[in-house]
Amino acid sequence: MSAEGHDHGHEHEQEHHHKETFITKYIFSIDHKMIAKQYLITGIIMGIIGVGMSMLFRMQLAWPEESFKIFNILLGDKFAPDGVMANDIYLALVTIHGTIMVFFVLTAGLSGTFSNLLIPLQIGARDMASGFMNMISYWLFFLSSVIMVCSLFVEAGPASSGWTIYPPLSALPQAIPGSGMGMTLWLISMAIFIASSLMGSLNYVVTVINLRTKGMTMTRLPLTIWAFFVTAIIGIVSFPVLLSAALLLIFDRSFGTSFFLSDIYIAGEVLHYQGGSPVLFEHLFWFLGHPEVYIVLLPALGITSEIIATNSRKPIFGYRAMIMSILAIAFLSTIVWGHHMFVSGMNPFLGSVFTFTTLLIAIPSAVKAFNYITTLWKGNLQLNPAMLFSIGLVSTFITGGLTGIILGDSTLDINVHDTYFVVAHFHLVMGISALYGMFAGIYHWFPRMFGRMLNKNLGYVHFWVTAICAYGVFFPMHFIGLAGLPRRYYTNTNFPLFDDLQNVNVLITTFALIGGAFQLVFLYNFFVSIFYGKKSVQNPWKSNTLEWTAPVEHIHGNWPGAIPEVHRWPYDYSNPEHDEDFVPQNVPMKPGEAVLHH
Amino acid sequence: MTSLLVIIVLVLLAVALWQLTKIFDLTQVGNTSSDDSQVATDNDNNVQGYLMFGFLAFIYIFTIYGLIKWGSLVLHTPASEHGGDVDNLMNITWILIFTVQAITQVLLHFFAFKYRGNKDKRALYFADNNKLEAIWSVIPAVVLAGLILYGLYAWNNIMFVDEEEDTIVIELYAQQFNWKARYSGNDNVLGKANVRYIEGANSVGVDLSDPYSQDDIVVTELHIPKGKKIHFKMRSQDVLHSAYMPHFRAQMNCVPGMVTEFAFVPVYTTAEYRELPYMVEKVANINALRAKKSIELVAKGQTALDPYTFDYLLLCNKICGASHYNMQMKVIVDTPEDYKKWLSDKVTLVDEVKAAKTPAPVDGATGVDSTKTNDSAAVAKIAMK
Repeated sequence: MSAEGHDHGHEHEQEHHHKETFITKYIFSIDHKMIAKQYLITGIIMGIIGVGMSMLFRMQLAWPEESFKIFNILLGDKFAPDGVMANDIYLALVTIHGTIMVFFVLTAGLSGTFSNLLIPLQIGARDMASGFMNMISYWLFFLSSVIMVCSLFVEAGPASSGWTIYPPLSALPQAIPGSGMGMTLWLISMAIFIASSLMGSLNYVVTVINLRTKGMTMTRLPLTIWAFFVTAIIGIVSFPVLLSAALLLIFDRSFGTSFFLSDIYIAGEVLHYQGGSPVLFEHLFWFLGHPEVYIVLLPALGITSEIIATNSRKPIFGYRAMIMSILAIAFLSTIVWGHHMFVSGMNPFLGSVFTFTTLLIAIPSAVKAFNYITTLWKGNLQLNPAMLFSIGLVSTFITGGLTGIILGDSTLDINVHDTYFVVAHFHLVMGISALYGMFAGIYHWFPRMFGRMLNKNLGYVHFWVTAICAYGVFFPMHFIGLAGLPRRYYTNTNFPLFDDLQNVNVLITTFALIGGAFQLVFLYNFFVSIFYGKKSVQNPWKSNTLEWTAPVEHIHGNWPGAIPEVHRWPYDYSNPEHDEDFVPQNVPMKPGEAVLHH
Repeated sequence: MTSLLVIIVLVLLAVALWQLTKIFDLTQVGNTSSDDSQVATDNDNNVQGYLMFGFLAFIYIFTIYGLIKWGSLVLHTPASEHGGDVDNLMNITWILIFTVQAITQVLLHFFAFKYRGNKDKRALYFADNNKLEAIWSVIPAVVLAGLILYGLYAWNNIMFVDEEEDTIVIELYAQQFNWKARYSGNDNVLGKANVRYIEGANSVGVDLSDPYSQDDIVVTELHIPKGKKIHFKMRSQDVLHSAYMPHFRAQMNCVPGMVTEFAFVPVYTTAEYRELPYMVEKVANINALRAKKSIELVAKGQTALDPYTFDYLLLCNKICGASHYNMQMKVIVDTPEDYKKWLSDKVTLVDEVKAAKTPAPVDGATGVDSTKTNDSAAVAKIAMK
């Protein structure tokens, strides 16, 4: 079935094109561009659910135990009698919000969309190495999304032990109702998700290694591709570990093994478990969990690199340093997981080691941030919405990244661990930054996906309101964390000590509600522009990379004739030897033209 | 207040959408032809460039506003000996963070403003510079090396408890959703324990046949003496919990199946800490807020809130179930004399179990129970739901 291989002739492609039915074109498509769109739209729908949940629990935090009709409508009589949110559904909302945003939106929605869209188009390939596996990957992701959404409707409630699902809480329905059927579905959904992610990642790696067009050496790859490539490798290394953790947890839950459980007395009886350790689960979980941060973030940074260079009309500063820092981050990301566990009860000596490796990550991160800033210097900035989101990403990446110096330092982590300080930190550095990267990518490559343009004025409104609200939500949150307020509390009213934080909580929720509501502007722009947007020209942003040499209308095999050949690196913007301020990669070197970068 | 906010949000949203639809309609003219109208023009670059500059001002003003308005909320004056080291390192790190943040955000947004695009301009072709890149790799490396060294020095001092040291050994026992403390008694050694020994009054599962357990005392309010190193050993009987004592800069998870530990020296008694100027101010502020809320409550026919007096707290800081948000224990730092007196009044667990067996059965632990009122209130609240 994977007949749309890269080396098939053009006529052959056209033949296939005509034989397509609705089902093979729009549903079980093996074309990477269609699969990218499927990922994106599924990701957006999951995003609506995930962000919507955060609105609900933010309202509970600002106005604890007050009655809201909307709670009753959305959560039902069982979980919100008289419109007052119950404490167990609060935890469920927090749990599913985290799960959906991290995995379904920012992993599958972001990586799945842009890796699929851009890898073949930017390296000059007709499609992914295995179109069929690519299709399976999407449909497994879809299945896992469906299961996750179904778990919301389980009678005892969905999984509610936090997105980190630490046992024994996640293993024992006696401990929390969500650890019954809801947790089972969560685990099944994640297992399928991981299978999907692995198939996708393998495909990306193989495609980048094998299917680059003539002249596309590794050091001529756009930084997007480098980011997707390295992200896929991290995924292949770390996701299987989460799968094994999930499987062992299923064993403990259903077959009575004791991998993670020991010496438990609950609901008036001693359970039979002996010899397991929850700390083992934490190790396995964070062995994925930390690299996951970079699985989310690196594609966003890759997208940003590309967009900042294009819109600055300048080469990205320090191309090789950017590649080196991606590789360094990827390597370090797999040996820092213990910084999530400084106070888990593991040997404090390990804490020393993980502090050391964690703070090392600051170095490649600093290189990236400074290189972005230098790329802007003396540029000719085209401030399109995509560019604004990219600059916004650099801003939140710095703001959020800097507080990582506190959390990565075991001594300081003791007192801010699991407080709102952590929530503020990771939302800025990976949540908001990665979302900005996703938005930037959508604004930039929308014409490439749908042949039409997004409305720029709506884009500007979307960016500015989002930017102000993002800081409005997460900046004050640092203070309540430093005041010692633990996260995952249904309400703080049992602690008069925290009474003075309540006003801050109201402010945060206000910003969250406004920011959340304004995402409707984006949704409107997105869905309306698919059908009614301005028709796009072939290369609207005057970009150098190969995807803009393909025709606006999507065809199987991407290019109607021969695949373009690559003669130069992707960042020849404002090259003084050329009159135009951009030189696409397929433009041959002029006789005697010097290579101006190292 | 709530409905007002919702209305404001809705109105804003409606206005925004109406405006946006208008803009959208205007730009849809000639929708069949393709052109560059959705690409930023010089005018757009200008407007957005100024907005970038404005955003820089926003970040700065918001930061300064936050520091003034919320700066007093954060934890202050550590109540433990090692807390000074933690806060010192924290302050050094903050200086570093604010410096880097101030510089980089200025550069980023100012460049976005200064170099906003223009048709007549051309960007500088500046692809790399090894010297610059070396500078911003080496400077963070050097600065971080300093932080790492200080951090590791402090970490080792805090976390490694010398067994030879003269400490008071106390067990913190976590269960859904309360805390207990077990004092090791005169021998300063905790008796053997496992959840399999839990029975009746022996609620923390102590092996009562162990000679070390004969003088163990179980209580539900933690008293510790000032100036003495307290060596906490933590256990949990059901799920993960985390013993978090923010004022002492202390936290450690409680893990079923293993014993974790943390040690610190309290340096202020509860009475002394209440008198600290920052705490006096904080409590006054909290009580002002509570008084305001009480007026609202009374108007609605509910009871007013009690005025608040400060007490150290032990909070659960690892999600542990539906009532996680109410798992707390009062911590009281006494003078050594008061502590001795308090402890001498307590009954050992062995006697408690005996007493429970002979006359009428008493369930649960005894002792001074400060959280009991809270607990039962919470239970009642849950039951109501």
